[in-house]
Amino acid sequence: MLFSLLQPALIMKISNIEDIPGHNIVEFYGIVQGSTIRAKHFGKDMLAGFKNIVGGELKGYTELLHESREEASKRMIQQATDLGANAVVNVRFSTSSVAQGAAEILAYGTAVKVVPHD
Amino acid sequence: MINLAIFLALLTLGIVFGKLNEKRHYRSIHAREKAASAIPTTTFKTLPKEMISKHCELASGSVVISIDYFKRFLSGFRLTFGGEMNSYSSLIDRARREAVLRMQESHPGASFFLNVRIETSSIGNGSDKGVGSIEVLAYGTAIYSA
Repeated sequence: MLFSLLQPALIMKISNIEDIPGHNIVEFYGIVQGSTIRAKHFGKDMLAGFKNIVGGELKGYTELLHESREEASKRMIQQATDLGANAVVNVRFSTSSVAQGAAEILAYGTAVKVVPHD
Repeated sequence: MINLAIFLALLTLGIVFGKLNEKRHYRSIHAREKAASAIPTTTFKTLPKEMISKHCELASGSVVISIDYFKRFLSGFRLTFGGEMNSYSSLIDRARREAVLRMQESHPGASFFLNVRIETSSIGNGSDKGVGSIEVLAYGTAIYSA
């Protein structure tokens, strides 16, 4: 079960440049995207309030945004897998806050099929 | 009277711990940047000709960082009189460098980083106005050549 969940991410090549180095793009499948909206935990928010006084890193938020970014990429990869692609190129991330205490994370890129040179 | 006492206490906490935090953070940034400087981290979109890539991966690093109470208070004055807001510059500088370092450290075996992008967004948490804390994301393509 776990292996099958990890499988697409392992074989999918991802880059934020226009190609995969050492490969030729043979087919385009268009834009794929994944997004998620997360709200923060109450306890973490309290801690963040304290950190606002002394300054420094808000670990809870870092973690939250990291997790949501992983989730967004996973959805993007899933979409690319469904299309039959084996790589996603030119990936971009964007963040926007939709409401007080909630953030939307979007990952998007172009799904392609690549084959190695030679 | 109590309000004033709380305010002063917060201000002192901000000065003491904020300074300490910043110093400690800069020390760690300098040390880690020295260690990471061996791997070229670039905004190029293509690899140099002599390099051959075996494998590539998307690398990212992010950090959420908050300003201390004292600096937020000082920046209030700046907003009135104008000029460079030094207290925010150092906050954003620290956050950007930390994010890039985390990106590099997440892929220790990589030999090149291509097309590194830095994205900043502010999270207005708790505070009624202005930049409370900022999030910085750095991402790029990690190239493994061996």
